[in-house]
Amino acid sequence: MRSRSRYVGLVYILPWLVGFLVLQLYPLVCSLAYSFTDFKLLGTTRWVGLKNYADIFTRDPLFWKSLGRTTVYVVIAVPLKLAFALFISVVLSGNIKGINAFRTMYYVPSIMGGSIAIAVLWRFLFMKEGVVNQILSLVGISGPNWLGDPSLALFTISLVTVWQFGSSMVLFLAGLKQIPPSLYEAARIDGAGRARIFLRITMPMLSPIVFFNLIMQTINAFQEFTAAFVITQGGPLKSTYLYGLMLYDKGFRFFQMGYASALSWALFAIILVLTLLSFKSSESWVHYGDAQ
Amino acid sequence: MKRRTASLAVKYLGLSLLALFMLYPLFWMVGASFKTNEEFFTNPGVFPLRPVFDGFADGWRGSGQFTFTRFFANTVALVIPTVFFTLASSVLVGYGFARFDFPLKKPLFSMMIATLMLPGTVVVIPRYILFKNLGWLDTYWPFIAPSILGVNAFFNFMMVQFFRGLPRELDESAILDGCGSFTTLTRILLPLCKPAIFSVVIFQFLWTWNDFFNSLLFINSVKKYTLALGLRMAIDISAQVNWNQVMAMSVVTLIPPVILFFAAQKYFVEGIATTGLKG
Repeated sequence: MRSRSRYVGLVYILPWLVGFLVLQLYPLVCSLAYSFTDFKLLGTTRWVGLKNYADIFTRDPLFWKSLGRTTVYVVIAVPLKLAFALFISVVLSGNIKGINAFRTMYYVPSIMGGSIAIAVLWRFLFMKEGVVNQILSLVGISGPNWLGDPSLALFTISLVTVWQFGSSMVLFLAGLKQIPPSLYEAARIDGAGRARIFLRITMPMLSPIVFFNLIMQTINAFQEFTAAFVITQGGPLKSTYLYGLMLYDKGFRFFQMGYASALSWALFAIILVLTLLSFKSSESWVHYGDAQ
Repeated sequence: MKRRTASLAVKYLGLSLLALFMLYPLFWMVGASFKTNEEFFTNPGVFPLRPVFDGFADGWRGSGQFTFTRFFANTVALVIPTVFFTLASSVLVGYGFARFDFPLKKPLFSMMIATLMLPGTVVVIPRYILFKNLGWLDTYWPFIAPSILGVNAFFNFMMVQFFRGLPRELDESAILDGCGSFTTLTRILLPLCKPAIFSVVIFQFLWTWNDFFNSLLFINSVKKYTLALGLRMAIDISAQVNWNQVMAMSVVTLIPPVILFFAAQKYFVEGIATTGLKG
């Protein structure tokens, strides 16, 4: 090691360093700068100071609508997904045979990710006369208009996210494996019941992974695009007009790039504040113990 | 003992029902691509009563100038280089961070991890302008260039973690034998990295294959459409008429990821588990 130059490592990370500077840092600074202008792809650009932000917060009813609907989406989809992943992985981790087969089956929806094929499938499943309602009618229930009812459409779309709980499940399963069996034995000897063991041992030991997932899933969910874009196009009555759709409309349909940049920074700020708040709160519920 | 068997049976029953419930939509989708339009709305079962194959034939032919052969070929032409360069850059960057000391290493590494949390939406507009100025709109460079530059920190981090797990003595003995650092990487370490390499390839393949948003932004001529865009065009044109065509082409789009998943699922699970990442 002594003979090597101090800069060899820099050569190896050079691709990323260039990529970081050119495709992340520079665009980040750029979009902040754009957000203070009336930049539209064509024509002259003028500095407008805080006007975009003032417009967003005081004059743009779509902003509040979209932010509200996005928040609802995040609050439905992320906890449901994580709770589901947690529940399944705890059930699967109980040393039962065939765990791999189940894990594989539950993972299958996740490999399709944000594929448009899944969005198409959802449309057909949840149409008024779609499969779900056909099946419901077999048992005598007249199903709702899943995608046409403004109070239901967003929920129907978040089901795609919940359905794809596979990667969180795999992470939780890996985390559960790390918990020393001696902890469980000791608890059992002390006469602790199942619920108590879950709350006092499993949850604290798993909390770093849950926390990490919560953060990443929340960040991703705030930017959800494909499902709402393809399944409902933001409708009905803008009830699924997620933030990503609004950004796309403003930036890439109307080419109001300055305004869209301000919108993207508003979202960035919101995500940043939420992330910092959750890191702050994590001190009280996330346990970084020996298992790491 | 009896009670335990019973509770185990309940567990298996529950798990199996859930699996069926979760996978039913996919089975239905495959079945529906063989159904006639009339049956589409009357038969919620998987199996078509009167299977027809024109969904695939007509769907593949498409309605415009280009068939799905073109969209398939385009997608492959986009995905293969993107995956390859992602692998190359993540190996180099991972090796650099895992095995070398250099000025500013710590802050740079923290910076890289922080970019995992950077919302893509906040950089997309300047990137679009940049690619436009470079003349890269309607080409696959907006996908390939970031992969050459290893912009997705997820993969770099995955490789760092993997290299850290390999004993340093391997490198040291290679250097004693007179290997340079690059030869050490390619001859000694890389052959041991198979699981990590598979993980990088699989994830990047899936993400790029399934990607819709970037294709929508950067590609605008039908000639260059990827499967995602071709499928969307098919929906716009024929969703009101030819349900089975749209389903058939959706199935076709999902076949390569599914094959890859089942061929390499062992690495899949290992890959996610080693990094503790993936959103």
